[in-house]
Parts: sequence; C-alpha cells; structure tokens
Amino acid sequence: MKRPQKTNKQIINIKGVEKQFGDVTALNGVSLTIKEGEFFSLLGPSGCGKTTLLRMISGFDSPNLGSVYIDGSDMTNVPPNQRPTNMVFQSYAIFPHLNVAENVGYGLKKQKLPKDEIKLRVEEALALVDLEGYGAREAHALSGGQRQRVALARALIMKPKVLLLDEPLSALDKKLRETMQGELRKLQRTVGITFVLVTHDQEEALTMSDRIAVMFDGKIAQLDTPEGLYKRPKTKRVASFIGVMNFIPAKVIASTKTKLSLDVEALGKVDVGASDTIKSGEKITVGIRPEMLTILYEETDDADNVFSGIIVSASYYGDMTYYEVELGNTAIRATVSMRNTAGRPVLRAGTETRIGWGYESITVLDG
Amino acid sequence: MSSKPPKSLFTYAVFYLIFLYAPVMLLPLFAFNDSAIIALPLSGFTLHWFGLLWETKALHEALYNSLLIAVITAVGSTTLGIFAARAAARYEFPGKRGIVGFIMVPLVLPEIIVGVALIVVLIQLGLSLSAWTVIIGHVLICTPFSIAILQSAFNNMDRSLEEASMDLGENKLGTFFRVILPLVTPGIISSLLISFTISLDEFIIAFFLTGTDVTLPVYIWGQLRFPARLPAIMALGFLMVSLSFFLLLTAEYFRRRANRLTGGHSQSNDGIFQ
Ligand SMILES: Nc1ncnc2c1ncn2[C@@H]1O[C@H](COP(=O)(O)OP(=O)(O)OP(=O)(O)O)[C@@H](O)[C@H]1O
Ligand SMILES: [Mg+2]
Repeated sequence: MKRPQKTNKQIINIKGVEKQFGDVTALNGVSLTIKEGEFFSLLGPSGCGKTTLLRMISGFDSPNLGSVYIDGSDMTNVPPNQRPTNMVFQSYAIFPHLNVAENVGYGLKKQKLPKDEIKLRVEEALALVDLEGYGAREAHALSGGQRQRVALARALIMKPKVLLLDEPLSALDKKLRETMQGELRKLQRTVGITFVLVTHDQEEALTMSDRIAVMFDGKIAQLDTPEGLYKRPKTKRVASFIGVMNFIPAKVIASTKTKLSLDVEALGKVDVGASDTIKSGEKITVGIRPEMLTILYEETDDADNVFSGIIVSASYYGDMTYYEVELGNTAIRATVSMRNTAGRPVLRAGTETRIGWGYESITVLDG
Repeated sequence: MSSKPPKSLFTYAVFYLIFLYAPVMLLPLFAFNDSAIIALPLSGFTLHWFGLLWETKALHEALYNSLLIAVITAVGSTTLGIFAARAAARYEFPGKRGIVGFIMVPLVLPEIIVGVALIVVLIQLGLSLSAWTVIIGHVLICTPFSIAILQSAFNNMDRSLEEASMDLGENKLGTFFRVILPLVTPGIISSLLISFTISLDEFIIAFFLTGTDVTLPVYIWGQLRFPARLPAIMALGFLMVSLSFFLLLTAEYFRRRANRLTGGHSQSNDGIFQ
C-alpha cells in the first residue's frame, strides 16, 4: 500500500461550525484544520461534542452554521455516501447477516467491481488487520477484537482520504486496548491515511496522536501536540484533564517584554517566560506536574529551589509512589510522584522532607 | 426464585387447558369416525369424510376464495405494516404516539362493529360486495398485527448498521435492500403468515362483506343447517386447525429469528405472543 506521507496539505478544514439539538448546544463555534496523513485526536469528557463533530465530518449530521471542507471541496451538505471519508463505529456496526468477507467487501460491491478484484482486495484488507483466512467466518462468531478489525478493514478497503474512528477501543478490555493502540498507530503509518480518532481517554490520545484537540462544552479548548498539551496546558481545566497537575496561586511582581516575575505561594520567587496578557500585580495560578517535584532523600541532594514539606499520605503503585505533601507552613497540598528506584524507600505519612523543583517546571495558566 | 407454584394454581391450569382444547380435540375424533351422527360411542375409523370434501365443488370454490383473499390480505397488510413500522421506528413526527396508537385500535374493536361500519360505508360508496370488499375488511383488521410484529423487528435494528451502509457508499434504496430488508425479512415472513392465518379463519367480517364469493368459514356456517354434512365439516375443521397451528408456529419461529438477527435480546417477548 501507500508509503507514509505527511505533507502540509490541509485535508479537513472546519469553519465556525455550530450545532444545536433542541435546547442543547452540541457544538459552539468549532474551527479546525487537519493535515494530510496526520493522526489527529478529539479528546474531551462525555457530552462535550466529540461524536457530533465527527458526524459533521462523515456527513451524518449537518451543521446549523459554518462549513466543512474536505480536500478543498465544500462538503457541508454532501451526504455520507458521497464523501471521501469512512467511519469505524463505536459499536463496530458489523452487518450481522453477512460473513466477514461480505462485510469487508460491502462497499466495493456497490462500485460493481469484478468479483475477482473484490476477492483480491478483501484478502488484502484482511491481511492488513491480521485476519487472513477469516473471510468465511460468520459475523456472530467474532470476538470483540476481531469485530473491531473487521470494521477497520471494511473502512480501509474503500481507500478513504480520511478515516474516522469513534472511540474504537472503548469496548475492549484493558490489555487488548493497549495492544490495539499500538497496532492502530502502526496501521496508520503503513497506509498513510489521515486518521481522526475520538476518545475520552487522555492516555490513548497522548500515546497515539500527532496532534490533539481538547474539547469542552462544544468548543475546542486547546489544540496542540501531545507534548505541548502536557507541558504547556493553557487552562486549569485542560491541565487537569491531561494527567495530574498541582495548582498554586501566585502574584505577578513584574511583567516585562522578556520575562514574568512571580511570587508563588509556598515556593517563592520565580521568573518565567514573558506573557502579553498578564499584567503586573495580577493574581494568577501556576501549575506544576507531580514528576517535576523531587523528594530530596539525601542531605547532599540539591535543586534550583528547595522547600520543606510534610508527607500527608503515600500511594504505592509498584513502579511509582504518589505522595500528598503539605508545602512549607501553608495549607497548600501538592502531589509529588517518585519513581521507586534503588535507595528510595517509601516514606510514611508524617515524615518531614525537603522537596526540590526547577524553574522551568512552572506553567502559567489562564484561569 | 425457584419456589413451586401452589397446587391449586396447577389444578386451575390443567382445567383451563382442558376447557380450551377439549372442543378442538373433538374435531379429529369425529372427523375419522365412521358414522354420520356426531355422538359417542365411536363406531370405527374412516377417511370417508375427507373423501367427501374432495368431491364437493362448492367447497373448492370457497377454498379458492379464501386462499385468494388471505394471500392478498397478507401481502397488503404486511406492506402497510412495513411502512408504518419503519416510520414509527425511525422518524420523529408530531403526534407520533397518537397516530401509532390509532392504527392499533382495530386490534381491540369488536369485529361485528367493524363489519357493520364497513358494509355501511361500502354500500354508500356504491361498491358491490365481493372478494375485494372482504379483502378491504381483512386488511383493516390484520394491519395492526403486522405493525406489532414488524415494529419489534425494526426497533431492534441497530441504527448504526444503516449508517455504516451509507458510509460505505451505498445510497438509501440500496441500504434498504442490502441491510434493512434482510434483517427484517424474518419479521416480514412472520407478519405474512399471521395475517394469512387470521384472514383464512375470519368469519364475521367475511360474512358481512362476502356477497356471492363465499369464503371457507362462511361456507361452513352455511353447511351447519344440514346435519348429514356435519362429519365432513369436522374433517374440514380438522384440516383448517392443523394448517393454522402450523402457520402460527412457523410465524413464531421467524419472529424469534428476526429478534436474534437484529440483536434484540431481552425484548424477544414483545410481539403479540407474550
Ligand atoms: N441526536 C441528538 N439529539 C439530541 N441531543 C443530542 C443528539 N446527539 C447529541 N446530543 C447532545 O449533544 C451533546 C454532545 O453529544 P456528543 O454525542 O457529541 O458527545 P460526546 O462528546 O461524543 O460524548 P461521549 O463521550 O459520551 O460519546 C450532548 O449533550 C448530547 O446529549
Ligand atoms: Mg460520543
């Protein structure tokens, strides 16, 4: 099949899309572009409008306002059967009265291709998802993981410009889900087709995607690479949706062209990168990830900045331990995660400890 | 939860079944009895009465009328049922509940009322009574049964199957023939069989609307005046009951299959056979 290709060409362009269902506003002004060959994820809590947005791209719903362009053409009012997209449904929607080969070849049969060619391409598609020889299997005799592969093969055989996946892994158990995450990513690289994945699982989005749009309440809250989202979340809400983050109040001492000087409660004074929206004297919130805080076990251990704290509780996860720590003499609590390597015993609640952190680990959040 | 039912309930059930089926059991008893009088004791085995049926020409005409009416009724009410059930299962429109409820009303209307009402209307319209007027009446009473059966078949169908078909490039018509129809076919067969059976056995409406095209039940009713023909009627009754029974069982088999195919699980009992 095709070689992996990531160009800078826009394959999907969504402009100011709004959608109401009665009183419910499912999408509230969404604009977004997706690049060709990209693995793109829509991430957000239940009810935020992810499925609705995907259905706008596939054509099952049409927006009240705004437009959807696919590969340069306006598709806003084009029905699903005339769009260069294909969908893997959350329920997989395997046709129960057809066997695996008939399911996979469903779309090609409509195109009236010769029987031999259909047969060949069905076999090719089944091989792609590791289901060689399953063609004659009846739909009801498939496991959850196999149904998912059939749904994938049935969509990929159409050679769509964009493959849409609505929570394709949520029906699988944890182990299988993790395997499929890797395989899906590999598959995307092999076929080079743009994938748009809907998920509410932040880990899934982080591990698989090139870029992620985080959605809340029918709007895109932030669009970035996994690393960008994790390291530079813009708001408290995004920060707490992607992993764990400690929020600490801070006061802006000075805001200049080159830097922002902050007085962070319990942690002290820090300089961070400049901001053009935050003014001197303003009260803001900063975020710091648990793994950016380090418990200093030895007297000799040092860091950019050190403060003391008391351990309130410890949760042991095998490879990691998460500590709840009360900072300095304040009531502020922070989560600190430590990898359980040699020479790091699990500390008990009540232990007084020194904690170190680096300046660059601070993230300034808007609201 | 596996406590035994009280004995009294069991006795009641036995008596109920005897009451229900004893008269029907008399049919084969006297159908094969070698005597022109319907009375015990039995006097011997014979197939004579069945042979007599074979020779009665008026009966054949009645049978032909009945079959013709039943087939057209089955096709008509099932076709109407498909449209109604599909609309009720897929689309939201104002007053939907009321409309669907209204279509189902003939299910509980006394047939004699329907019969009288129809005859008044048909005569007002200036139509003469014939097999076609019976068909109109039968479609009216069979359509609610068809809708009930088909609605469970349509309701059980996962909507994303249709969307998947559209997504794979198929149009609406193609989706109907390649996905929807195969999945509801068992329901359609079940509906055909049940409305066929109802029409075949129906007496009151047929009696009112039949004109000269006598149906089988109406023919039987006419024969009851001649005691000598009674054993032959018993034989005919036996054949009809056997056929109805067979058709209903087949219909139920298909209805359950429809539910299985479309993925209905716990709902397999929401048809007309509770
Ligand atoms: N057909 C519909 N009719 C009425 N309301 C709808 C319809 N589809 C979606 N909604 C509403 O729109 C909002 C967004 O729904 P959507 O299905 O897009 O959420 P989602 O992000 O996919 O959630 P989930 O993770 O639970 O699947 C919800 O409040 C939902 O109730
Ligand atoms: Mg959804």
